[in-house]
Amino acid sequence: MQKLIRNVLAAALVAGAAPAALANEGGPELMKPGFSFDGVFGRYDPAALKRGFQVFHEICSNCHSLSLVAYRNLAAIGLTEDEIKAVAAEREIQAGPNDEGQMFNRPGRPSDHYIPPFPNEKAAAVANGGAAPPDLSLMAKARHGGPNYIYSLMLGFEDTPPDGVHIPDGKFYNKFFPGNAISMPPPIQDDAVTYADGTKATKAQIAHDVATFLNWAAEPELDARKSLGLKVLGFLAVLTALFYALKRQIWKNVH
Amino acid sequence: MSAYKTNNKMVGWIEERLPIFSMLQHSAVEYPTPKNLNYWWNFGSLAGFMLVVMILTGVFLAMNYTPHTTMAFNSVERIMRDVNYGWLLRYLHMNGASMFFVLVYTHMFRGLYYGSYKAPRELLWWVGVVIFLAMMATAFMGYVLPWGQMSFWGATVITNLFSAFPVVGQYIVTWLWGGFSVDNPTLNRFFSLHYLLPFVIFALVFIHLWALHTVKSNNPLGIDVKSPQDTIPFHPYFTIKDLFGIGVFMMVYLAFVFYAPNFFGEPDNYIPANPMVTPPHIVPEWYFLPFYAILRAVPNKLGGVLMMFGAIVVLLFLPWLDTSKVRSGRFRPIFKQAFLLFIIDCVVLGYVGSQPPADTITLIGRIATAYYFFHFLILLPLLGKIEKPKPLPASISAPVLRGGGMAAGATAKPMEKA
Repeated sequence: MQKLIRNVLAAALVAGAAPAALANEGGPELMKPGFSFDGVFGRYDPAALKRGFQVFHEICSNCHSLSLVAYRNLAAIGLTEDEIKAVAAEREIQAGPNDEGQMFNRPGRPSDHYIPPFPNEKAAAVANGGAAPPDLSLMAKARHGGPNYIYSLMLGFEDTPPDGVHIPDGKFYNKFFPGNAISMPPPIQDDAVTYADGTKATKAQIAHDVATFLNWAAEPELDARKSLGLKVLGFLAVLTALFYALKRQIWKNVH
Repeated sequence: MSAYKTNNKMVGWIEERLPIFSMLQHSAVEYPTPKNLNYWWNFGSLAGFMLVVMILTGVFLAMNYTPHTTMAFNSVERIMRDVNYGWLLRYLHMNGASMFFVLVYTHMFRGLYYGSYKAPRELLWWVGVVIFLAMMATAFMGYVLPWGQMSFWGATVITNLFSAFPVVGQYIVTWLWGGFSVDNPTLNRFFSLHYLLPFVIFALVFIHLWALHTVKSNNPLGIDVKSPQDTIPFHPYFTIKDLFGIGVFMMVYLAFVFYAPNFFGEPDNYIPANPMVTPPHIVPEWYFLPFYAILRAVPNKLGGVLMMFGAIVVLLFLPWLDTSKVRSGRFRPIFKQAFLLFIIDCVVLGYVGSQPPADTITLIGRIATAYYFFHFLILLPLLGKIEKPKPLPASISAPVLRGGGMAAGATAKPMEKA
């Protein structure tokens, strides 16, 4: 039996080894600050989510969209209904046509998805030196390393690139960005935000909080998934043990 | 096989008109199964179970999925975020595909080791190979549906393989695409076929079982069943053993679903498909990597395509390529070593397939590809001639009774199985 389990696990590991081997293609190894949602028992830290949202809202959202997250979803990270309404109403969105056949602008509602800072990708590109800032909804799943990559990227800017690395005008050196020349200027500094909960806003703290928030944006189901997983696996362990006992019982006279 | 009897009038009424109860009695209850099957024989029923899970989750996913290039990606994300337990359905389906291949590959390697493809099981083996091909097609088209970067570029690379055929190649590709590039018609037809093929697989599984129940199961000793003492009825012995197997398997499967749902995935597929941006490194899903390595090992495109398909077609000839009269690898000392080398070769091919092409990687890929075909085309035919197999036991019951020396059928001390 042990042999069987070992073999099954070995098969799974061999199967996974190939993608895992790809996890870090070139470049320095990512920083791993550790997150509250790591591991089987890991869950989102509500305070970090709220701080991370503040960072996203005050800094990132000036250039980046978050198109898969609706304002109403922010209830899951602890914003009250009134706060959500206020956040949604900060930007206008085109609606219509009205009864006169005219399109018009109205303030955002909780049911709207996060209203992007630019009307379209071309407008985003031209306002940002030719490179449109990517949507951040799935950033924590769409890069090797996920939240560690976001955290590292936030802290990977250096004023002077190492010898031999040429960074074109209008680009910035980031040691974790593939190719090192990133179009995004360093987005955060110490005290770039003033946290409502009084946490000291160091650069590392801000990076950590925004990585947490963006992981939530990509995997809002994480808490529910991990809790359900414990129950399901616990149930299966008991059921499988019973099956095994029954199997032994039924087979005991077979030689 | 005993005639089916019942006291229940309703059951009797149905049975006279449609002998479904006697069929079940015959194939799912009494089916005489060799009593020495080990746990490697669990993987067939596990694969069947996985097929059902895939069809069920797939049907519900299809209710919420939109096969259009502008909406597919977001409809999958809507399933993940707004559909009740949509994330569970999708992660079950996504990881289920990987698990399905883990199970089927194990099932195939078990068949390879114990000679389950040899007479009289050649057609059983053939149907299995066809199921494997249908699975690969289904998995490939399913991977295209979320319309992420890897979906799009994987579809582009794989469909372009057909352009390697001289003269007609480009026409075939245009016909497959339904246009002049991978676009909405491609996505639409892939969705249609991805929904159809699992039911074709389901029918093939029935043919697979039909053939199995005609020739009966092979066993770890690879010798024929000689007397009723060698077998036990399928129920309750193998129903409970398979249930236990399903329990163990579910724990592994669901551990991935709940705690590492994107372990087998490629992050690039969470970026919406963009025909203007090629990802730096296009890789297929892990279960295609060995074949991808064979494809890339050949400098000529047509040659690579033919070798890749040849790697599967060669399995169809296996019953005649393996010239040994002994089925089970247990009694074949040299084959045992060769089998181990073959597994290592497959893993090496998988690794090579996952790497960006470079000189050493290409060289290793070529050696491993050559060895893959060497194993089937030269080693197996030769081994049957030169290898001296160990003596086979007289019957399935014999090796168990050897120690105790008791008469067959006597109630010996309970002995642990498995």
